[in-house]
Amino acid sequence: MEQAAPDPERLWQPAPLEPLSHPDAGLESMVGEETKGARDEGPGDGTMTENNFSLKKIEISVSEAEKRTGRNAMNMQETYTAYLIETRSVEHNDGQSVLTDSLWRRYSEFELLRNYLLVYYPHIVVPPLPEKRAEFVWHKLSADNMDPDFVERRRIGLENFLLRVASHPILCRDKIFYLFLTQEGNWKETVNETGFQLKADSRLKALNATFRVKNPDKRFIELKHYSDELQSVISHLLRVRARVADRLYGVYKVHGNYGRVFSEWSAIEKEMGDGLQSAGHHMDVYASSIDDILEDEEHYADQLKEYLFYAEALRAVCRKHELMQYDLEMAAQDLASKKQQCEELATGTVRTFSLKGMTTKLFGQETPEQREARIKMLEEQIKEGEQQLKSKNLEGREFVRNAWADIERFKEQKNHDLKEALISYAVMQISMCKKVGFGFSEGTSIFRSAGKFL
Amino acid sequence: MGKLGEAGLAATAGPARTLGMEGECRASQARSWGLPAGGAGGDSPGGDAPLPGSISSSSLLQAEVLDLDEDEDDLEVFSKDASLMDMNSFSPLMPTSPLSMINQVKFEDEPDLKDLFITVDEPESHVTTIETFITYRIITKTSRGEFDSSEFEVRRRYQDFLWLKEKLEEAHPTLIIPPLPEKFIVKGMVERFNDDFIETRRKALHKFLNRIADHPTLTFNEDFKIFLTAQASEFSSHKKQGPGLLSRMGQSVRAVALSMRGVKSRPEEFMEMNNFIEIFSQKINLIDKISQRIYKEEREYLDEMKEYGPIHILWSASEEDLADTLKSVASCIDKCCKATEKRMSGFSEALLPVVHEYALYSEMLMAVMKRRDQIQAELDSKVEALTSKKADTDLLTEEIGKLEDKVECANNALKADWERWKQNMQNDIKSAFTNMAEENILYYEQFSIRSP
Repeated sequence: MEQAAPDPERLWQPAPLEPLSHPDAGLESMVGEETKGARDEGPGDGTMTENNFSLKKIEISVSEAEKRTGRNAMNMQETYTAYLIETRSVEHNDGQSVLTDSLWRRYSEFELLRNYLLVYYPHIVVPPLPEKRAEFVWHKLSADNMDPDFVERRRIGLENFLLRVASHPILCRDKIFYLFLTQEGNWKETVNETGFQLKADSRLKALNATFRVKNPDKRFIELKHYSDELQSVISHLLRVRARVADRLYGVYKVHGNYGRVFSEWSAIEKEMGDGLQSAGHHMDVYASSIDDILEDEEHYADQLKEYLFYAEALRAVCRKHELMQYDLEMAAQDLASKKQQCEELATGTVRTFSLKGMTTKLFGQETPEQREARIKMLEEQIKEGEQQLKSKNLEGREFVRNAWADIERFKEQKNHDLKEALISYAVMQISMCKKVGFGFSEGTSIFRSAGKFL
Repeated sequence: MGKLGEAGLAATAGPARTLGMEGECRASQARSWGLPAGGAGGDSPGGDAPLPGSISSSSLLQAEVLDLDEDEDDLEVFSKDASLMDMNSFSPLMPTSPLSMINQVKFEDEPDLKDLFITVDEPESHVTTIETFITYRIITKTSRGEFDSSEFEVRRRYQDFLWLKEKLEEAHPTLIIPPLPEKFIVKGMVERFNDDFIETRRKALHKFLNRIADHPTLTFNEDFKIFLTAQASEFSSHKKQGPGLLSRMGQSVRAVALSMRGVKSRPEEFMEMNNFIEIFSQKINLIDKISQRIYKEEREYLDEMKEYGPIHILWSASEEDLADTLKSVASCIDKCCKATEKRMSGFSEALLPVVHEYALYSEMLMAVMKRRDQIQAELDSKVEALTSKKADTDLLTEEIGKLEDKVECANNALKADWERWKQNMQNDIKSAFTNMAEENILYYEQFSIRSP
């Protein structure tokens, strides 16, 4: 969809924020990442009051999930899940927390928030939402969105999303985000009033830019490449992990069948009876231990999934850069052609074929006055164009600089999080094996000692 | 395996050929007991020509007047009266009952008692115009006198094993004959001669022959000896002897007819036995199925795990800071795979064949119970005939007498063999499961040593 000359500056500035002048304006979550170093926080921050207000610490949690029914846009009955978001402010001195806000939101509202952030902060790697539908499912998990396990994992994912936004040095100051946490009714209307949907770049335009851009920043090309690889390797990993979990589940559960049969068999045995009984019991314990193990594994999988979706966010930033760069290149090209036109008109030489040139040849030249007028117009356009090009260039460079700063921040976060996740996964595997080994050794000794008759 | 068998060479009462050391021992003792009273003849052959003679009280008196020469041919079995009682008095090695004898058994091999060693190996494929089949090489080493030589090597095919089993069942209807591996496995078989299948079968056949060798009675069976020693042509001509196909069919038809009548009164202990067998059979078959299923699931788990590790390596290629962590997770998974493989092979070597063998044994046991019931049914029908007909009383009475003997022998054989079998079963099952558990412990212990 073609937009009527969007103001280029508007494209990537946050909506004009009313200065948040009340004291608890600064949102810093308990997770609190230090905003290290001098970081440009984008032109929008100019409207923020910066160092004057006292920063209170805020705790955010998505504490409950509830099934609801309502009517949707097409006036049909639907069931959906609503999530309770509670915000607490922590008094600096005594550490006690007071509930300041609590409201219910559904998944679609989270999506709305995120889409808004994507439009207004295109240079930021915006944290992703948990998956809309259950993917990488193995047979024990259901793909049903209403399934309580899925809802629970989603609740955790949504909380994680909010915490990540709240701990981002730039995103945390956004007013719409603040309203999301505090204003239940009317929030949707408020968001829509910002008109952000109109400001969103069309997918088609973005695709076009990706193909045609000539000179994008090399780092962004590499980043795009990296995010593609990350996405493909994590998907592959998750798929195989799901299959491994499935198989492991099968192995454990089939062992459980031993339990029942051993018990029944022990009834007819005299010497071996006790041994069989206890072996059976241990098989049952073994078989049921898989449920906890796999629950922990699902949590690990969710951590990986977050970074799978982050890859998409990285790509979005790259796309924005390509779009801007393409825009710049087009503007430069347009300017160059206008200049050439002007020159031709002034000197009267026709160096390139043009329709105007042909028609003048055929139908006679225009009057000198007409030509003068045209040259004048072109000169004005050229002047305007030069200014625009200059500001576009400036914007482009600012974008690259800001985006790259956030990308560095993201990289650190990613390395830290994934390292922790991988290590705790390995530790979990080992402790699982230890537990099983312990169970087996107990079972064996009982089996062996029972029925010894020498 | 048959650890019990070595010590119990002469354990079974009833129609059992008891040759060898025990017999010699008894015979010489008998001689010394019997003769002093009468001082028969001048030729007391001392101790170097052992002749087991019947020890029933009546014939002892006769020993004084009997020519010793005639005793040589008297390789008769002991009559049922004397079998258990009298043996106790002279032979220190004879226990009071099969059960107490079992209790005396140690779990180590007593090498001087085992005198027959059999191996089955070298499967070979033979192609003829009609068919393709596999033969197995059977090597027998023995120190027994009745074997012509101390080493034999023959080739046999599955059909030959079947023949042997049938002959053993014929000769000893109420002894628990070891099971043969199945003819073919229906599920999951691509072709008959797949390597794993042949190897599994070879191991089972090896087990089969060794179990027979360890069995106190079956080990002396004549057909068994011929199976182990006869060369191809001699063997095939021997096979052709014996009741023809039609008469065998007739026998089985009669047997079926008898069993249809049902057993009037099965003795108490056999009722118990039957109950046990029914439940055991059910359970062991379930365990067999479960074990096969576990193996299959673990195999598939392993296949997936093998793909899982390398992905982490792949990922490490596009990362800098994370590369080391990823690589070590990958090697962690790799170790896991190797340990799983080792554990699985232990499972399939130790547990699966044992469980499967006992699943097949349970079928055997049912058949044995049936045969015993049939023998009893024969007796019952004659008794019925006696009470109703009243004609040919003498003939019938004689027949009944013989049948009563037969039933008694069958029952005793089964009882003794049953105890022996149960003992073996418990040992085998216990060691199979504890082996598996130990393998598992080893596997999981490997993990506590490692650290990420």
